[in-house]
Amino acid sequence: MNDAPLLALHGLKVHFKTDDGMVRAVDGVDLTVNRAETVCVVGESGCGKTVTAMTILKLIAMPPGRIVAGEIRFEGRDLVPLPPAEMQKIRSKEIGFVFQEPMTSLNPVYTVGQQIAETVRQHEGLSRRAAMDRAAEMLRLVNIPNPQRRVNDYPHQFSGGMRQRVMIAMALSCNPKLLIADEPTTALDVTIQAQILELLNEMKQRLGMAVLLITHAMGVVAETAQRVVVMYAGKVVEEATVEALFADPRHPYTQGLIRSIPRIDLAATTHTRLEAIPGTVPSLLNPPIGCRFAARCRHAMPDCVAAEPPLREVTPGHKVACILYPEVHA
Amino acid sequence: MTNYVVRRLLIAIPSLLGISLILFTVLALAPGDPFEELATNPAIPPDVRAALRASLGLDDPVWTRYFSWLTAMLRGDWGYSFVSRVNVDQLILARLPTTLAIIGASQILALAIALPVGVMAATRPYSIFDQVANTLAFIGFSLPTFFTGLLLILLFSITLDWLPFVYRADLSSTGWTWLWEQVRQSIMPVAVLGLFQGAAWTRFVRSAVLDVIRLDHVTTARAKGLPEGSVTLRHIVRNALIPVVTLVALQMPTVFGGAIVTEQIFRIPGIGSLLISAILANDTPVIMAVTFVFAILVVFFNLLADVIYGWLDPRISYS
Amino acid sequence: MAGSTLASATASAPAPRRRVTPGQEAWRRFRKHRLAVVSLFTLGLLVLALLVGPLVWTLPIDEIDFTARLQGPSWEHPFGTDDLGQDILARVLHGGRISLAVGVAAMLVAVFVGVLVGAIAGMSRGRVDAALMWLTDLFLSLPELPLLLLIIYLFRDGLGAIVGPEAGVFIMIVAVIGGFRWMPVARLVRAQFFSLREKEFVEAARALGASRSRLVVRHILPNALGPVIVAATIDVAAAIIAESTLSFLGLGFPPDIPTWGRLLFDAKDNLDFAPHWALFPGLAIFLTVLTINFIGDGLRDALDPRRVT
Repeated sequence: MNDAPLLALHGLKVHFKTDDGMVRAVDGVDLTVNRAETVCVVGESGCGKTVTAMTILKLIAMPPGRIVAGEIRFEGRDLVPLPPAEMQKIRSKEIGFVFQEPMTSLNPVYTVGQQIAETVRQHEGLSRRAAMDRAAEMLRLVNIPNPQRRVNDYPHQFSGGMRQRVMIAMALSCNPKLLIADEPTTALDVTIQAQILELLNEMKQRLGMAVLLITHAMGVVAETAQRVVVMYAGKVVEEATVEALFADPRHPYTQGLIRSIPRIDLAATTHTRLEAIPGTVPSLLNPPIGCRFAARCRHAMPDCVAAEPPLREVTPGHKVACILYPEVHA
Repeated sequence: MTNYVVRRLLIAIPSLLGISLILFTVLALAPGDPFEELATNPAIPPDVRAALRASLGLDDPVWTRYFSWLTAMLRGDWGYSFVSRVNVDQLILARLPTTLAIIGASQILALAIALPVGVMAATRPYSIFDQVANTLAFIGFSLPTFFTGLLLILLFSITLDWLPFVYRADLSSTGWTWLWEQVRQSIMPVAVLGLFQGAAWTRFVRSAVLDVIRLDHVTTARAKGLPEGSVTLRHIVRNALIPVVTLVALQMPTVFGGAIVTEQIFRIPGIGSLLISAILANDTPVIMAVTFVFAILVVFFNLLADVIYGWLDPRISYS
Repeated sequence: MAGSTLASATASAPAPRRRVTPGQEAWRRFRKHRLAVVSLFTLGLLVLALLVGPLVWTLPIDEIDFTARLQGPSWEHPFGTDDLGQDILARVLHGGRISLAVGVAAMLVAVFVGVLVGAIAGMSRGRVDAALMWLTDLFLSLPELPLLLLIIYLFRDGLGAIVGPEAGVFIMIVAVIGGFRWMPVARLVRAQFFSLREKEFVEAARALGASRSRLVVRHILPNALGPVIVAATIDVAAAIIAESTLSFLGLGFPPDIPTWGRLLFDAKDNLDFAPHWALFPGLAIFLTVLTINFIGDGLRDALDPRRVT
């Protein structure tokens, strides 16, 4: 067995060429996911978390996108130089992917059964009938009632939450080692969101795959993650276990994110106002020199804009990219 | 699906009635009596003239005239050609197969060009291939059929002397020779119509494919690990066909217009050249009937396109 | 998904852009379509030639000279002569004016009818809208050319008797071609009404008490302008082809008015010994239609925001 982490990104940079110039959507991201672990990537929209996720399977449009630097090691093997035919064997077979928009992510002209069966046939060479049986079995696994009948229904005959279940069934149909879920609940109603998160947790218990969950909601992080990576403007600013992150957030941006979570228990007793982080995300076209959060940071000092703070381990397992914290040497 | 087809059929009826109403209005608004000249034309026997006037009820109120005209048209009672001295329906039925064969062959040629070229161009947007295909497509549908026809005749019949430029329905040969001559005389008309439509459809296919390519479900298909070929065929082209069918149906009037011109250039004995010669000879019953037949054909092909559309898109037929 | 990723990546990076007017922005986008720019230049030259040409090239269009029949191109007759020894260059220049005039006039008719129908349908919704859209669909499925031929056949003599044969044919051809081309414009305008009436600025104007007609003229029509201009451009090309087709079938303008289609009609029986006769008017039609179509494509890039790729 390979003792390398299941997935490890090293210094990943993904840039997009646009009419106005080069957009540095992902600008040096390090990230690891161990076997059977759930890692959450959080950040505001536009911070590069979706691009990071899509780049792992090389699903971004190239051009205009381009992997400028870095490695994507899956079980120790770098996916960046891999030719398309090899990449196809990784997709869904090794790494499943669930997208943000269940309403548009399924092809409207095929039945959901056909779409799940297509994946299985591609990777496991099953017969048409066996693949359809597997599809029905997967629908049952994700708790869709009447799976034998529903396999023959078209996507438009399902609700949004049900379609996301279908997407999860499809992503898991070949038993991948890693499931990447890109904001899987953002497009859904609040009650449905909880059900889908619960389903993801349940699937993880039963199938034992690792999960990389992309989200902008701290609440989702608290419910699902073991480890959390906070991204800001194309960079990782903090990484910690979920307990450490909520108990002792270090980066001023993370602190702001946590303060901006509405808390019903506090609201009832005290009259604290919900805090928002002032200012807006900097342009990724011409990112500022130094710390990218400096312009919005309440602790900003002259040194912040002098040089970019590196991501350093401040306590064991807790990394922060901020000059407020000196590095510890274990 | 059956439900859907029946519904479409029911929608086709009012549009057919609408077209007949427009046709009749045009006829009724025309200055003078279109049959006036019959009185002065010695070639028409008086009893025929009387029968015609009676069958059209020229002195009845407008609505009565419309209904009697419509029932006569629907019964296939299309009158009598002044010039050919045969019943109009016989005249048209004898010429319709030639027209349909030329149109059918040219549309197959157009699709055979448009589908592969349009898909290739859209999957490599802004590449050299795309730019060349796009420019050629623009040239193709900017070249009017009457000019392309003349150019082809000039090149292949007059300069090179490879192909005949007059289409003959009464080829004297039989067997393989007949087939060979039939193919030879069909090449230019089919090419003129097919290249023009092919150019227009290449643009439709390209833009439809470009619209589908950026949809989320295509990324899903890639994330499933499908080879690029299956992604293109099963998840892009298959979906892009849905809007293409609609656009192709909208082009049917243009297709028939092109067929009239082509038949005229190559002297193909179809209903298009029949229409022109009838106009030049003031043969009103033939003109009305051919126009009506063209209208029916357009409605029929629109109906066909609707059915194909429903078959391609389960969101339409399963709700 | 790939597209939305890109969109979010760029959306997050609002570039500090200089203030530009919509016109400048459209021109900037138009300029990027190289073929459209070349076409605009070519068409400009062509139109200039048609306007100025007859003043410079003063050979009459109807001077019959049997000693110079069916001559190929020469210095004396750059485009050659026809079977009556008439100068083809002079006839092409003269006919082009008519072909272009028909094209532009028919386009204006189509746009006028289209905006009218579209605006009425867009404003009224309900039953009137449904009826007008049914009519639009009906017109879209009419066999255009046979009906054109039928109408011209039935009305030509009557109208000619009232306003004279030439004006009669001109009015009729323009009206009929325009009358068969308004449908796309009507659909565009109606669609604009439906999408804009819910937009905030229209809501705001309505809340401020703007009247309905003022809303339409000041707020909705200007927004529909881009797509309509694109459709109108393409319509000019289509109308020129329609007129040429009628003339080519011998059913358009009378023989003494040498439109491009008419020239081709006269030339087609002499192809074997005078190919130049057909080539020059044919090329003129082709070049005009091609450049207009390219300009339309460039305008689509420049004016139709939905189509920017």
